[in-house]
Amino acid sequence: MSNPVLEIPVLEILGLHKKFTDIEVLKGVDLTMATGDVVSVIGSSGSGKTTMLRCVNLLEDFEQGSIRIDGEEIGYTAAPQRRRRKESEIARQRSMTGMVFQQFNLFPHMSALGNVTLGLLKVKKLPKAEATAIADQWLERVGMAERRNHYPGQLSGGQQQRVAIARAIAMNPKVMLFDEVTSALDPELVNEVLTVIKSLAADGMTMLLVTHEMKFAYEVSRRVVFMNQGKIEEQGAPEDVFRNPQSKRLAEFLKNAKF
Amino acid sequence: MDFIRLFSDLYIARWAILEGVGMTLIISFVAIILGTMLGIGVALSLVYGGKFQRFLVRVFLEYVRGTPVFVLILACYYVLSQAGIQLTPFQAGLVALTVFCSSHVGENLRGALLALPKGQTEAAKAIGLTFRQTFVYVLAPQALRQALPAWINTAAELVKASTLLSVIGVVELMLTTRQIIALKPRPLEFYLLAGIIYFLICFSIERLGRRVERRISLPS
Repeated sequence: MSNPVLEIPVLEILGLHKKFTDIEVLKGVDLTMATGDVVSVIGSSGSGKTTMLRCVNLLEDFEQGSIRIDGEEIGYTAAPQRRRRKESEIARQRSMTGMVFQQFNLFPHMSALGNVTLGLLKVKKLPKAEATAIADQWLERVGMAERRNHYPGQLSGGQQQRVAIARAIAMNPKVMLFDEVTSALDPELVNEVLTVIKSLAADGMTMLLVTHEMKFAYEVSRRVVFMNQGKIEEQGAPEDVFRNPQSKRLAEFLKNAKF
Repeated sequence: MDFIRLFSDLYIARWAILEGVGMTLIISFVAIILGTMLGIGVALSLVYGGKFQRFLVRVFLEYVRGTPVFVLILACYYVLSQAGIQLTPFQAGLVALTVFCSSHVGENLRGALLALPKGQTEAAKAIGLTFRQTFVYVLAPQALRQALPAWINTAAELVKASTLLSVIGVVELMLTTRQIIALKPRPLEFYLLAGIIYFLICFSIERLGRRVERRISLPS
């Protein structure tokens, strides 16, 4: 097992601040993840979980703080001459993380295979045969090999989400980001997606998950982070966070959360 | 027998009519192609352009859409020549129709682009596509599908609007028909024939459009 002290963290968030016009949604978030870490972020709506995740993927700008992936400062050049990087640079840095969205966001005009190969062909510039081979391997892994030629409109929500996971992970990202990936699913489709994520975690994939599935967070994570009002209020091993919450706010949150 | 004379008149006029049809088809076709290209530019400016660019294009669009095509055609022919740009009737007509087409295509495509869910752009960015790639591979194919029915409509409108080019002397089907009637005074028959030909052209465009629509529709 890797030792976070001895190696460069895969993901390092330092003093992250983010404002939407006048409302400060992130008020100094610090988070470090080592290779193979699985960290779940919980907290009530509006606590800034999703915004934090979107900052890591550079889908949101942030005003202060830094995010490093594998030691590389992303989105902005290092302070004091902090300046947003060029669009092409940002595009490259985005491909270092894989993002899975609540609403799947598959491209409806492409087959499952087309969705997964697009990034491999256009971003990684792999030859078609190689891209297809990689895509097929991941579609197989998420149990969608048989439906590789189906279009999103022909797939259930759970199946679409599994294709979306394959699309993200096929790019071989350093960190996978999951943004409430089961929230839009019918209850009977939630498990097929969680099972896939669990098996990826077991494989040693570094993952940062925002989730409302407490039982899942408990089972899959190495660490659970509780966010409240734009800050990390408490974090620790799942057993500690769920069984023995220190802060009042977390205890309250857990009382109302569904397991 | 009057029928025999009618057919003989039609026979005599056949090449003139065919040439008129040819001109209608050519000028409409070229205007649709150029107008669509310009329209794509209009839509891109409106959706992704800077403030000043958006303003300019918006002014252009409002002006063109608020002006009858007839006035647009006269303006291209007479006003441009006053300004020292001498255009043949064909060129002036082509410019007018192209501008007319671009305003429709632009507005329509803008709507289609804006109607795409934001998640599409985000998902494309998330796998590392640049803006240009996102547009080409993700947004455009979806927006063009959305815009196709209205585009077919615009194409048919354009064919009908091309009749107005007769006033500046483009010898398309309408002017040809009027010239034939001047020689062989059978207004009822020849206008009827012209009407049928216009109907057939527009009807074919709609049918062809439907077919394309079906072919590119997404399976669900």
